[in-house]
Amino acid sequence: MEKSTFGTMILEEIKTLLTEKFGEDIIQETETTGLQPALLINPDRIAEVCLELRDNPKTYFDFLACLTGVDYGKDNNRFGVVYHLTSIPYKTQITLKISKENNRDLDELPTFESISSVYKTAEWHEREAYDLVGIFFENHPDLRRILLPDDWEGYPLRKDYANAEFYKGIKID
Amino acid sequence: MNSHHPIYQQAYQNYEQKIAQASVEDMVLNMGPQHPSTHGVLRLELITDGEIVKEVIPHIGYLHRCFEKHAESLTYQQTIPFTDRMDYLASMNNSHAFVMGVERMMGIDKDIPKRIEYIRVLVCELNRIASHLIAIGTYGIDIGAFTPFLWCFRDREHIMGMLEWASGSRMLYNYIWVGGLFYDIPVGFEERCKEFVDYFKPKMLEMNQLLTDNQIFINRTANVGVLPMDVAINYGCSGPMLRGSGLKWDLRRIDNYSAYPELEFDIPIGTGLMGTVGDCWDRYKVRVDEIEQSLKIIEQCVERLQKELKRTPDFDPRALLPRKTIPKAQDYYVRCEGPKGELGFYFMADGKSEIPTRVKSRAPSFSNLSVLPEITKGVLIADLVAIIGSIDIVLGEVDR
Repeated sequence: MEKSTFGTMILEEIKTLLTEKFGEDIIQETETTGLQPALLINPDRIAEVCLELRDNPKTYFDFLACLTGVDYGKDNNRFGVVYHLTSIPYKTQITLKISKENNRDLDELPTFESISSVYKTAEWHEREAYDLVGIFFENHPDLRRILLPDDWEGYPLRKDYANAEFYKGIKID
Repeated sequence: MNSHHPIYQQAYQNYEQKIAQASVEDMVLNMGPQHPSTHGVLRLELITDGEIVKEVIPHIGYLHRCFEKHAESLTYQQTIPFTDRMDYLASMNNSHAFVMGVERMMGIDKDIPKRIEYIRVLVCELNRIASHLIAIGTYGIDIGAFTPFLWCFRDREHIMGMLEWASGSRMLYNYIWVGGLFYDIPVGFEERCKEFVDYFKPKMLEMNQLLTDNQIFINRTANVGVLPMDVAINYGCSGPMLRGSGLKWDLRRIDNYSAYPELEFDIPIGTGLMGTVGDCWDRYKVRVDEIEQSLKIIEQCVERLQKELKRTPDFDPRALLPRKTIPKAQDYYVRCEGPKGELGFYFMADGKSEIPTRVKSRAPSFSNLSVLPEITKGVLIADLVAIIGSIDIVLGEVDR
């Protein structure tokens, strides 16, 4: 019933387009396990890739639908960001993923480049990913917590998050 | 503040400095979280120069109920009541999106009987009307028109009553389940839908005479809060916000999910009839026109439910309910057109358990609200109220 907007044909075209522009190492892997294929992008160059996908007349991915910060589990020590882009003129969708290893030290958050210069909507989405998962975005104009209070300790959507016992000296039952 | 590396505190310090500076040169005005015209617990910090708003800093999260954390610790079926509480004015649409995503991951979306799909669309469209009625009514009251608010709530109450009849609950239904429905619609529901449509059509005309074509209302909303199409797209606006800016973008037509491909309806867009394309009046008008289209969809659904897809004694809306909801290991992003815009859920399933490893909800109100600082630069405070109302936010969904 659903018209697939995630076609593998489109995916191959985008892959050649990106490798021609940025070189072979821009796409680390292609994920085709599920119903929606995804491209694993070199995490250091995500902003360039998004800008190219947005402005290239062959793709025009002008709408950032969703941005998700992900903690890949306690055993993996890996954090990532998933981008869901939509092209309004072509009515297509694509998933981009970036990820990095991190030792879960709260003084060294996993750091990625912000794409808020490409899509303004990423500004709030990245604030949310920072707030809940603890992912830091470089060159973000205003990376404060958004949903939780500014004095919140820790990042609740991390898999190793333990509930706080005290809030400002008050015992939490 | 987090007692961590100073680089993570920099943004907060910048913000505090900005407020400290602004309170010397300009005035910092606090609006909300208990302000009636912020539609819930939205707090806005306004940096004002007299009556002119120089900058708006929204503060959200007062209604944060950890939806994503809950979804990571409960099974898919158990999460459905939580989705109802996101956009609590349109619970049916939320659970429809969530359920659709899980069904596609399970690979059972093609097996859902037509009757169930039509009932889902029927209740979703009823709920869409209810949501738009609140948007219209409260928008009137923001601007000073009291009567439309009461009329909207009166008519909405009919829908609430009908959905209560079907699901047992007035606002938070838990009606659409993975693989089916809670119950079949009660006997006589179709007739009551017809009665409602017949009753409601003339009421909408009255409403248009009272509010839509009201000169005071037009003066307050036309040419105010103009949102150009490219800005709307860049800020991830969707739904009536995006369509108000003149783009024909409706996921019910783009994705053609559920029973929508078989239904006849138009996609209203903003035309700048009273002012500029993408102003507050256009967004308001798109909602009014959408109510009309939803009525059209309801009529078609009811007709098909009464003719080809009649209830039969052996029809069981729970027949396809999976015993164990364990989708294959994959990531899936599902989107559908809620009353506020593109409602999406991103699932990460590991293929072993009934509990997803990650669920992210893409709430339309969240993205729609993020454009507020951009379109309120240099407006009057009174216009700010008009602009917030035209965005039609539900804080339950913004904060999740």
